[in-house]
Amino acid sequence: MAETAREQATAPLEAPTAAPRRWREVGQAIGAAAFLLLLLLYNVIFNADAFLSLQALRLNLTQVATIVIVGVGITLVIATGGIDLSVGSLMAISGAMAPLIFLSDWPLLSTPFIGGTLAYIIPISVAGLFGLFNGWLITAFGLQPIIATLVLFVAGRGIAQVITDGRLQSFREPDWQFVGLGRIAGIPFQAILMIAVVALAGWALRSTSFGRYILAIGGNEAAARLAGVPVKRVKLAVYAISGLLAGLAGLIVIAINSSSDANQVGLNMELDAIAAVAVGGTSLMGGKATVVGTLIGALIIQLIRFTLLTQGVSDSVARIVTAAAIIIGVLAQRRRAS
Amino acid sequence: MQVTTSAMTRLTRQTPAWDRAASRLQQQGALIALIVLILAGWWRYGDDGFVSTYNVASALRYNAMFALIALGMTFVIMTGGIDLSVGGVVVLCSILAALWSPLGLWPATLGAVAGGIIVGFINGGLVAWFGIQPFIVTLATLLAARGLSLLLADNASVSVDFESSFLQLDRDVGGVPMAVVIAALAYLMGSIVLNLTRFGRHILAIGGSEEAARLAGLPVPRTLLCVYAVSGGLAGLTGAILAAQTFTGNPTEAVGWELSAIAAVVVGGTLLTGGVGSVWTTLVGVLLLGLIINMLNFENIDPYWQTMIRGLFLLVVIILQRRLVRWRDPNR
Repeated sequence: MAETAREQATAPLEAPTAAPRRWREVGQAIGAAAFLLLLLLYNVIFNADAFLSLQALRLNLTQVATIVIVGVGITLVIATGGIDLSVGSLMAISGAMAPLIFLSDWPLLSTPFIGGTLAYIIPISVAGLFGLFNGWLITAFGLQPIIATLVLFVAGRGIAQVITDGRLQSFREPDWQFVGLGRIAGIPFQAILMIAVVALAGWALRSTSFGRYILAIGGNEAAARLAGVPVKRVKLAVYAISGLLAGLAGLIVIAINSSSDANQVGLNMELDAIAAVAVGGTSLMGGKATVVGTLIGALIIQLIRFTLLTQGVSDSVARIVTAAAIIIGVLAQRRRAS
Repeated sequence: MQVTTSAMTRLTRQTPAWDRAASRLQQQGALIALIVLILAGWWRYGDDGFVSTYNVASALRYNAMFALIALGMTFVIMTGGIDLSVGGVVVLCSILAALWSPLGLWPATLGAVAGGIIVGFINGGLVAWFGIQPFIVTLATLLAARGLSLLLADNASVSVDFESSFLQLDRDVGGVPMAVVIAALAYLMGSIVLNLTRFGRHILAIGGSEEAARLAGLPVPRTLLCVYAVSGGLAGLTGAILAAQTFTGNPTEAVGWELSAIAAVVVGGTLLTGGVGSVWTTLVGVLLLGLIINMLNFENIDPYWQTMIRGLFLLVVIILQRRLVRWRDPNR
């Protein structure tokens, strides 16, 4: 989607090469999707018993949803030429806060409606504020994003552990847990959320000035500044969005598990999400991003794992294959791009 | 590169004395903080055994491992790259060492180092020849190394053969833990390589400007390959030491060590943009981070608060570093 956006923006300047360029970009976008289709076909034909059931579909969607939601935030961050290592820790913070709110004995909070609503609003907002803090470190001090977000990667899990005393919080709140366990027309609610997030971010990247600004900053920050792009504000917004989405993903994870463990929620999520972004075709150098690609990338990684695991391959081998898939995916995109 | 930049700043700035002081502070600030903290610790916990042989030796014995991986990381960062795979390589090689421990000290240790070098070559090859970003390459090898560790260890811990001479790797040499001796030798060699050899010059030149280094005819791919191999080899050695110190190869160990190593490099004062750096500042960074954890232990602070305080400390240091760098050269 974003490729097309950028394509349109640059097309008049590069008219002579526009046609082959467009084909290349189309090929690039289709490459990942074609591979995903291949994986799906393989599963439908050779792995039908395990794959073609409502349960398997739901399992795959459930597992992929949080990675995609976090991955969309990271896609936007990477599009500006940055990176966000703190998302896993922010998930832990929001996951640690929600049960504290809806399990609280305070008269106001113990009303299911108010407590439940605040248990969504407050943790997500706090994660968003921490994201804003990342953005502030980067814009106000000119820190490199990898270092600035390393701070919350380290400290964030500590914060989550401190506010829960490191205890495992178990709960049973079916209404509140709708975000992780609920279904609409048989589709897991978080899958619907995932699609909504992808659609919204894809639209924003393609059709809003905010999206154009993001790509302009990633392409050439100095030029964007000279052209009047509000670089600082856009960067702050992008890191805040990444924080908000991480906060939402943290709530989904604890709702699925019916428990919140500050040591476990969101562990290694930054790696999974970055891998999905890279396989999906977003350039890690910034300036070129595709949210749908991130969705496809996450689905590819998920399906590879699912296929291997249902074929009786051990989890450890599945990890190695996933790593190889990341390299091959990135390599294939580079080859086509150069 | 480094010389020209600082010479130019000196010409353009009006107060060279302040300038030099800021530069000195940015490079030596970590050392000053280290000395101040040691004195503070001595004053506050001196009676509780802060300077006892036991505390000093055990803290150094543990931090020697971080020192080794941070040394490799320094080399990689000086070329303008990053190596996220070290935590995975440490674990993989601790399992290799544990599996091969019945063969004796040298085969197990060298086997682990060789395993690390192979992963390093894969990293370096993909970075140098295929031009994939170091960040994503080493992220993938991190995942692969962790997967391979689980596979080799069959999802459990591998214990070291207690009869084996491999445990010699954790003995004391004249009262000094072996790991500390190894780390000290490694830093000495690292410093010599960086300052006195052509390879060291090439590393700094590539970090300064890879394009310029390539145009100047420097062997860029070969240098990058070697740098990642060195980082992998040091991580492999660290894995062997970890196995000898804990008597096991545990696939769930060393989570996040790569980020601790990066933090140590940054705290020491090496810029992540590459082209500048010294191995000694990294050593200071490792000791400083280790010292803070040690002091927090003496305060009996809950480990969860410790994680937070470490993050806070990292924040303060990087902001100060950044301020000093900007003061020296506002264009950076």
